[in-house]
Amino acid sequence: MSGLSLHKKIEENAGLLIFGILFVSAIGGLVQILPILNQDSLSTATENTRVYSAVELTGRDIYIREGCSVCHSQQVRPLIAEVERYGAYSRAGEFVYDRPFLWGSKRTGPDLHRVGGKFSDDWHRIHLIDPRSVVEASIMPAYPWLADRDASDTGNISAKLSALRILGHPYSDEDIDNADADLQGIKEIDALIAYLQMLGTGYSEGDSS
Amino acid sequence: MEAVTNNVYHDKVVIRLIQFSIVWALAAMGAGVYISAELIWPGIDFGQFWLSFGRLRPLHTNGIIFGFGVSALMATAFYSVQRTSHVPLFAPKLAWFCCYAWQLLVLTGGLSLLAGWNTSKEYAELEWPFDIVIAVIWVCFGVVFFGTIATRKIKPIYISNWFYGALIIVIAMLHIVNNLAIPVSIGKSYSLYAGAQDAVVQWWYGHNAVGFLLTGGFLGMMYYFLPKHAERPIWSYRLSVVAFWAFTYSYIWAGPHHLHYNSIPEWVQSLGMVMSIVLLAPSWATLINGVMTVSTAWEKLRTDPALKFIVLSLAFYGLATFEGPMMSLRSVNVVSHFTDWTIGHVHSGALGWNAMITYGTFYFMVPRLVGRELHSVRLANIHFWLALAGTMLYIVSMWAAGVSQGLLWLSVDNIGELSFSFKDIMASMAPYYGLRLVAGLIFLSGTALMAFNLFMTLKGQHATRVSVPAVDPAYGVS
Repeated sequence: MSGLSLHKKIEENAGLLIFGILFVSAIGGLVQILPILNQDSLSTATENTRVYSAVELTGRDIYIREGCSVCHSQQVRPLIAEVERYGAYSRAGEFVYDRPFLWGSKRTGPDLHRVGGKFSDDWHRIHLIDPRSVVEASIMPAYPWLADRDASDTGNISAKLSALRILGHPYSDEDIDNADADLQGIKEIDALIAYLQMLGTGYSEGDSS
Repeated sequence: MEAVTNNVYHDKVVIRLIQFSIVWALAAMGAGVYISAELIWPGIDFGQFWLSFGRLRPLHTNGIIFGFGVSALMATAFYSVQRTSHVPLFAPKLAWFCCYAWQLLVLTGGLSLLAGWNTSKEYAELEWPFDIVIAVIWVCFGVVFFGTIATRKIKPIYISNWFYGALIIVIAMLHIVNNLAIPVSIGKSYSLYAGAQDAVVQWWYGHNAVGFLLTGGFLGMMYYFLPKHAERPIWSYRLSVVAFWAFTYSYIWAGPHHLHYNSIPEWVQSLGMVMSIVLLAPSWATLINGVMTVSTAWEKLRTDPALKFIVLSLAFYGLATFEGPMMSLRSVNVVSHFTDWTIGHVHSGALGWNAMITYGTFYFMVPRLVGRELHSVRLANIHFWLALAGTMLYIVSMWAAGVSQGLLWLSVDNIGELSFSFKDIMASMAPYYGLRLVAGLIFLSGTALMAFNLFMTLKGQHATRVSVPAVDPAYGVS
């Protein structure tokens, strides 16, 4: 059958057209995504990468809720200037417990992947509540409400850990049982700072990647 | 007089969708202008969480894509599929359901974003309950659309329907795969994919939401309304068919160019880059086809604002589909990635292409739908120049901002030390952000003029009853 007569068939048959579109558009995804989902090196943690604690995970979910990833990337590219500015470039194995990934697509503010340990907790607290009191030129929004809200109100933390365990994150029964207690008495801002302080600690120069 | 049948096209639902589309355009562009002002005066969120940049930004993007964009695509798909099939809409009640259910989804989804329900995956920020509702409405949209095609009286399926069809099918596939997640509460879920793997799946979705919704869907609009309006047949029907298959095949590969130098394997980055360059061919084949179609009707541009919008949108389509492959080159991307250049690129497509072709199409459709002349051609002409000026200023200011950011971030002095601090580079962006705010205001004011103009055209009018013409037996379904 010549190309033209095949095409005449498709052109006059809605079913064939639907099938054709589905088939042709699926190829690229299958070739790219299936191997990626099956590539073990992308789902193997680096030596020092661990699951988020109940407090850190809560902080991460607050980071997501406030849309921090809209302006802050978490991805240090393997370029001299980036490594000098931020630290060791990002390794795939550092993100295996990130659901979803938070690499971002825009740096209105600086990259945060290696921000852990660079500033004190107090600095973060002041900066989150009133960014311009510590960085005069900053255009970051202020987040005063984080200091008022209880971290335990952000969602059922034991249900979160259980869901992540189904997806393969190694949480113990003990982790899940203690999760609620871990959040008692702390504010959202404390959880967010705990998360920021552990960011990028899964790899340091000299580790084997 | 053309012979007619007793059937009448369902056009009321088209008018309603156009009205909603314009409302979302005003709201979502308004949100865009507001957040662009927040980047200059960060205090104008007044410490209110729901006015915070991180929550308004997804509201802006989702409002434009799903509110303005999808409503316009549904309106034009329903309008053109009836006329190219010579039958009224299949299941008109289901079409009305699509119309209202979609508006309710956009409204409640938007509120949920302000409340902080946010997956953080770009253009897929809505949480799982909304994802399920989207899938259901999308299937209904498909039933109405393909049902109309299945009951058509004209044998060949016209090319615009292929693009709308690809929009419905491919977006359904992308949406379902990318949003797979385990729910933990009504407003929170965890992605089935993690880390680098999640990134590749997300940009397969994110890039092709642009591909099959903002490019392919709107090409469907172009293929019906451009020839109709220019009163010329498509320059080369065969080229449109070849370009369609090439487009559908190659677009889907290009996602990984969003992840250059990121922690994903190099082969995927390279493959994404190569296929992005390949994509230039079908993109520009369609551009050439569109421009050649109007090439013997240039004189209409002097008097007809609707056609002016459509032709200008093609120019921006050509610009954006050239710029995209260039930015996918690793050596260009190393500068453009993470900068405002990306924002400029998106808006050359969203303002220059998507919004302008939609405006042109609305100016074309609304007077016909109610059987009355456009309220004011003069206002439409003013709108045209506001839209062009706003888009140009937007793109140019973001080019300047993005290229400086990219180069200054990478700059090291002759002993290898960083030349500039991040803070200083960021602070130097203020003039560009100011220009961008002005650009957004100009564009928004044009849209408001159109809203007024079309409101006055529609005021007090009912949809004209348009009878389905009889089919030429040579092309009829036997």
